[in-house]
Amino acid sequence: MKTTVVSSVVKMSADAPLSVRDITVAYHRKPVLWNVTLDVPGASMVGLVGPNGAGKSTLLKAIVGMVPRISGEVRIFGKEYHHHRSAVAYVPQRESVDWDFPATALDVVMMGTYGQLGWFGRVTKKERQAAHEALRQMEIEHLAERQISQLSGGQQQRTFLARALVQQADLYLMDEPFAAVDAATENAIVNIMRTLQSAGKTIVVVHHDLHTAREYFDRIVLLNTRLIAAGKTADVFTDENLQKTYGGKLTLLEEVGDAMRRRDRSNSP
Amino acid sequence: MNFVAVTLEFIAGQTAAVPLIPRSWAWRVLTLSDYNTRVVLYGTTLLGIAAGLLGVYMLLRKRALLGDAISHATLPGVAATYLWSVSAGYEKSLALLLIGAAISGGLGGLTVLALRHVAKLREDAALGIVLSVFFGAGVALVGIVQQDSGGNAAGLEGFIYGKAAAMTAEDAWLSGGAALLVMLIVWAIGKELQILCFDSELARSQGLPVLLLDTLLIALVVGVTIVGLQAVGLILVIALLVIPAAAARFWSDSLKQILVVSACIGGASCSIGTLTSATFAKLPSGATIVLVACGGFAVSLVFGSARGIVWQGLRHRRMRDQQDFQHFLRFAYEYLESQNNAGPFIKPGSVPIALSHLIHSRTWSAHRVLAVGQQLQKLDMVVMRPDDCIELTKRGWLAARRIVREHRLLEMYLLRETDVDLGQADRDADYLEHGLMPEHLMDLDEAMRAESLFDVPASPHPLLPETVASDLPSRVLPEQGKTA
Amino acid sequence: MSAELSWEIDGWIILAGALCAMSAALLGNFLVLRRQSLLGDAISHAVLPGLAAAFLLTGQRQGWVMFLGAASVGVLTVLLTELARQFGRVDESASIGVVFTFLFALGLVMIVQAADSVDLDPGCVLYGSIETSMIRKMPLFGLSIPRVVVTLGTTLTINSLFVAAFYRMLKVSTFDPQLARAQGVPVNFLHYALAGLVAVTSVASFESVGNILVVAMFVVPPVAAWLLTDRLKVMIVLSLVIGVLSAVLGHLAAINVPIWFGYRSTSTAGMMAVASGGLLFFCVLFAPRKGLLSQLLRQWEVSLRILGEDVLATLYRAEVAGQNAVRLVGLVRSLLVTKLWARIVIEFLQLRRLVSRESDGLRLTTAGRSRAQNIVRSHRLWEHYLASEAGMSNEVLHDGAERLEHFTDRQMRERLLVESNAPSTDPHGRPIPPEA
Repeated sequence: MKTTVVSSVVKMSADAPLSVRDITVAYHRKPVLWNVTLDVPGASMVGLVGPNGAGKSTLLKAIVGMVPRISGEVRIFGKEYHHHRSAVAYVPQRESVDWDFPATALDVVMMGTYGQLGWFGRVTKKERQAAHEALRQMEIEHLAERQISQLSGGQQQRTFLARALVQQADLYLMDEPFAAVDAATENAIVNIMRTLQSAGKTIVVVHHDLHTAREYFDRIVLLNTRLIAAGKTADVFTDENLQKTYGGKLTLLEEVGDAMRRRDRSNSP
Repeated sequence: MNFVAVTLEFIAGQTAAVPLIPRSWAWRVLTLSDYNTRVVLYGTTLLGIAAGLLGVYMLLRKRALLGDAISHATLPGVAATYLWSVSAGYEKSLALLLIGAAISGGLGGLTVLALRHVAKLREDAALGIVLSVFFGAGVALVGIVQQDSGGNAAGLEGFIYGKAAAMTAEDAWLSGGAALLVMLIVWAIGKELQILCFDSELARSQGLPVLLLDTLLIALVVGVTIVGLQAVGLILVIALLVIPAAAARFWSDSLKQILVVSACIGGASCSIGTLTSATFAKLPSGATIVLVACGGFAVSLVFGSARGIVWQGLRHRRMRDQQDFQHFLRFAYEYLESQNNAGPFIKPGSVPIALSHLIHSRTWSAHRVLAVGQQLQKLDMVVMRPDDCIELTKRGWLAARRIVREHRLLEMYLLRETDVDLGQADRDADYLEHGLMPEHLMDLDEAMRAESLFDVPASPHPLLPETVASDLPSRVLPEQGKTA
Repeated sequence: MSAELSWEIDGWIILAGALCAMSAALLGNFLVLRRQSLLGDAISHAVLPGLAAAFLLTGQRQGWVMFLGAASVGVLTVLLTELARQFGRVDESASIGVVFTFLFALGLVMIVQAADSVDLDPGCVLYGSIETSMIRKMPLFGLSIPRVVVTLGTTLTINSLFVAAFYRMLKVSTFDPQLARAQGVPVNFLHYALAGLVAVTSVASFESVGNILVVAMFVVPPVAAWLLTDRLKVMIVLSLVIGVLSAVLGHLAAINVPIWFGYRSTSTAGMMAVASGGLLFFCVLFAPRKGLLSQLLRQWEVSLRILGEDVLATLYRAEVAGQNAVRLVGLVRSLLVTKLWARIVIEFLQLRRLVSRESDGLRLTTAGRSRAQNIVRSHRLWEHYLASEAGMSNEVLHDGAERLEHFTDRQMRERLLVESNAPSTDPHGRPIPPEA
């Protein structure tokens, strides 16, 4: 075989923070993720890299059970996701919510504590303090009482990050936290990720920029519908792998996906 | 036609019963000494509160009009239950009719969900279909009811337009119960509903049963609708779910406050509307309540403290004034600078600046320049002279120096950090400087390593000379040889 | 038992209903595609104060003043909605809700205030009474035609002229308002004109068939038509047909259905709405491509075909391994399907003469063998491609190829061959059979 790095079926201990086996996801029969298998070791910072429409966000959503999988399974510290929800903090894309919602930055961060509070739990001083602390870590404590629609893009992203921090999770899944933020915010986010990592947490980040990916992450997952490569950043970032990820050599797979859908249609009068 | 007369009589009905309102009657209404009035008032007010609370969540969940489909869908239930109870020989019972209404209303709500998620139709189409088809079925059934039982069936008409005056103590208890239930639920799972409305993805990833919560909201809407049928009728009950919530949004940016305000607007419109309709002749209760609520909406739209038009306009204006002040002062300073007089403070009145320079330097009307000058004079920054010139006061000079300094720092920062050219940097800085906050300035200082807080760096681009300024429309032309 | 139809009355009623349905459905196509289905509902409620005002001014229930009043309120509805949306940043559907309930309540109060002098009945506006409206006739072309039919006929003509004249502009501004604006299409004018015509249509219908029928006809036939086709022109035509069908079925139902339950006939307008709902339900279930049933059938068909091909491939592999016939039990075990499914599939394959059933089990026919050979060829080519080009690990290769093989034709096999440098064996070392 030509390839040097195949998929990362490295045997991990049973309680790896995140272990994904053979996940396949399709929208309208068009495959978005194809047999992706992935293990993420503890205390690592993983960049999920690939072109647009490569299924990066879908992979995160499939992990937290927000999109139905056709096949495959996910283990969080060796258990099913719904047994281990509190261990995972998921940060959706910033555009996924309505920032005109009547809430302050503090309100949004406080929502992160609701999971632990459970049904009927009340917000107490403790949660409030935790939220303030998270805002402080993101260096936006002075904006706590500001209406979220009046925050800049970077500040909104920091608010989202603070909300994840307050969840006190062990595994952080972040969907494009660097999208359209200013340089200072990007730095702040990277710093907080490093802090989390040194505290033994694991972070998986959907990321667009190849140049910074090399610098930010110690592990990289290259994704383009299928898993192209996964492993240590230096090992994964080979020209060959990048060519495979971005080079569009796999157009045949696209075509067969189209054929599947066409066949679907032509069957009906 | 028979039912035409019946309907009219019905709509006018509750007030036609008191053709000429005796003074004592109005007095009794207003002082609530009348038992019936009290019952109706409590009933509608509690209903308004419940609908106001619930409406906020429906609005934030972007399902404001779901209640409209549900309320229209109650009609076939009412009519079918009526037909059934007559044929089965039961007495006409309000409770039975309301149960029928709840069932078909709930069915309507579920049909909307099914059309959305199973048949993949869009929300607006699903709502329109359920609303009209269910209501059509209701009309067909009411048609049958009408031929049989003439006057007795007129009770059904009450559900369409509402008949608050006919509320009984039982109904008031019912709306009280509904209001209490909604309040209890909002109190108990308010934070779950908040996540659901703000970020349903987070809700799902935290394991909240999104579908169940949505169904709960629909069930509550059905409940409020059922109670509202009596008071405002099924066509206008949606108003109670939408208007207070939409109005409350103008007053606050905090969910808790919005809930309180919305409940207040809902309760107040219902009580004021009920009292008004009971006091004056020929005011149908449902329509009156809705009109009062609309009045509340209009007031909120205009005067709301968070998003009201007036407040927004004022803020916008203040910002524009601020910008004009800054530009005015900056130009004055730059003019003095070009005269080599900017250095240490110059004596007030020592160097006059012709207003015509200012007019030409920016695309301002003479009127606007005069207005800004006068406002600055009030702030003791500028002295207007009778010869169409101005002078900077000490205060004005200090402010101008600070503004110029910020502008130039920003300009230089932009030049250094981005690829913009000189002209662009000037325009960008023009635009950005008004949004600078103290924390930004400190960052800027640090970034630019400015030596002293009071040092004004030289402009990175040449400034327009006095001689040229008067004949130039704007200061696009960089110029040489001047400054001497 | 069924009631007797008289053409003199029922014919006119059906005609009026059909004209109304067509006028509304014609405009409704654009409302539905613009995601403004509820505008029809909102405007038809909101015209009430316009009617009342026109009536109070002129004291008449007919005439152009009425239409003018209604049309201006229709435009006003859209205008107010836009204002609340832009200046108040109110969510669109909420602002519709605020505006139309306000106008409706205002209309109610106006009518009740003038109840003594006015013979205008909101109940009538809501449900109409198509039956009684037939009484008033007017002479036209030497015939005595019900006034309502003339009014509705005129409305339909106006609406058709509007749609015909602005068809392309409506199309582009519905599909992509930004692009339309850039091309100089008067998007706002079209929007307000549409709203005005919606209001006129509601008013024209209010005394004959009532608001409810119009609201139903604005939404239901276009949505049903949308389920049946993807093309705008076809959709418009189908929505008109469905509108007419609803009128006919609705009237027949109004006359007949209550009699089955021992009542007299009921309101035609309501029943027309129900009939259109019934037609829509039918389309949701049975529409050729977007219908639920056809989706289900298509899924079954695809899984049947895939399973059939899997059976062929299994038989082929067994044959290569030297086993001439395979028993059903073996197939069930290796393909992980239920016995029932396996039987159905084998019947299907026998029918197409790809497999024959012998005493010792199932065998491939000659035709079956070449089909099977190509399937196995596709499978192994894909395995090779996925391993070498997509970098998939060996243990997941099979599953990936298993799915892809069913959608691979000869042309694609050839491209696979080229792109993976014409391999002779798959990654597991098994030979890739030649094209059959």
